[in-house]
Amino acid sequence: MVLAESVQKWFGRNEVLRGIDLRVEPGEVSVIIGPSGSGKSTFLRCINHLEKISGGRLSVDGELVGYRQQGDRIYELKDKEVARKRSEIGMVFQRFNLFGHMTALENIIEAPRHVLGRDRATAIERGRALLERVGLGDRADAYPAHLSGGQQQRVAIARALAMDPKLMLFDEPTSALDPELVGDVLEVMKTLAGDGMTMVVVTHEMGFAREVGDQLVFIDEGVVVERGTPRDVIASPQHARTQAFLSKVL
Amino acid sequence: MSAVVVLAIVAWFVRAALASHFVDGRVVRQYLFSPLILKGARNTVLVAILSQVVGVILGVIFAVMRLTKNPVLKAVSGFYIWFFRGTPVLLQLFFWFNGVPSVFKHLTIALPFTHVVLYSTPMTTFMTPFMAAFLGLALNEGAYMAEIVRAGIMSVDEGQVEAASALGMTSGATTRRIVLPQAMRVIIPPTGNEFISMLKTSSLASTITYVELLRAAGDIYSTNLQPVPLLVDAAIWYLAMTTVASIGQHYLERHYARGQAREMTPGFLRRLTGNLALRGKR
Repeated sequence: MVLAESVQKWFGRNEVLRGIDLRVEPGEVSVIIGPSGSGKSTFLRCINHLEKISGGRLSVDGELVGYRQQGDRIYELKDKEVARKRSEIGMVFQRFNLFGHMTALENIIEAPRHVLGRDRATAIERGRALLERVGLGDRADAYPAHLSGGQQQRVAIARALAMDPKLMLFDEPTSALDPELVGDVLEVMKTLAGDGMTMVVVTHEMGFAREVGDQLVFIDEGVVVERGTPRDVIASPQHARTQAFLSKVL
Repeated sequence: MSAVVVLAIVAWFVRAALASHFVDGRVVRQYLFSPLILKGARNTVLVAILSQVVGVILGVIFAVMRLTKNPVLKAVSGFYIWFFRGTPVLLQLFFWFNGVPSVFKHLTIALPFTHVVLYSTPMTTFMTPFMAAFLGLALNEGAYMAEIVRAGIMSVDEGQVEAASALGMTSGATTRRIVLPQAMRVIIPPTGNEFISMLKTSSLASTITYVELLRAAGDIYSTNLQPVPLLVDAAIWYLAMTTVASIGQHYLERHYARGQAREMTPGFLRRLTGNLALRGKR
């Protein structure tokens, strides 16, 4: 589903990603961990072209991200084409980023209506079903400012799911939440993984990684230091840097 | 105690004004609804609303241009704001009314690169006092609105744009449906001030012979030699207009405040209108 080959990213003269290789199979949950500043969020944002990669290749579902290849030349896609590709990839942000001027339900039906062109009734019906699914069926008409962080994040997940994405990206989805609200969000994510959604999750929740992850990837200083099944990596990390990191977070 | 002193001073002024027959109430009443004053008031409202609407549209366009990455659009917008904000609006009115017709004798609209003329008229026919006032006020207002809209757009969290992009919305749709509606909360209050200011600034158009409210009053008192009652008439109409405008602003603000955690407190106007309603019942 996702194939990254020596992906590089420069911010000015600062090399943030120094050749990331990663493979995510359909239906698989990949959990990315690593110290802050390691480049894990940047890598996630490259997957839907929120950040442009500076080198290497990155493809989703067999198609290059943000570019198209013709012969051996690579062209950047137009704004519209990038947008169409992004619509197939769901993303959940650390700070939720719900649209503040819209109710929970309006947040969810916005893109299906105006990007996919679905009619209002269909979008609303599906939106309500999704709110029900994340346990917020009764908060359809609440504005984000009147929802708790955990509720906002669950609406944000429903908003991403409303586009029927083939891949879901989670950028530290529980890092901005009060501890007692983390559980509800993780529960929704676990259900989603159980339903066979392909997910790439940047997180510090080692419990979630162990329970739900098919693959655990440790990124440090812009490279993949170690990867494997969560159980193996957590129980017997091979690299000193992985050991050092895990000893701090476990 | 301070209130007593202030009231005493106010009372003294009012008494002095009444005693000196400063204002002749009969003349005020005689002209308040006279045809020329009504025409002036209508023209003031007309040119102010048109200029403000076009100013807002220009403001949105130039603000978006200024915030793009395209260096040409950025520079054009920057120059426009610099120029129209940096020169007096009165100068701009003179420029359109006196300057332009003195240089361009005809206004001709032709298909580009051909000799097919679609429209041609002497410039003096086209550049009426109304047209010059409208162009001057709208273009000047556009420069101020551009800065107001820019501040509004920048007040919207970057995360909103990212979320919209991630959902597959194009940058145009993101601006229209996500950014601008949320920027409105910041844009509306200063825009209300701008419109109130526009109602009054339009009086400058009296200098280019546009018969708006102040010019109408001036034309009357230049013949009847009663400036004070006619200025009072004009003041009454200006106050009526600005009062209506502030009430409209209040409702607009309330509309765009939806979704805010902090509910809007009933403002000065709400209390004022509340009081008026009470008084009306008695």
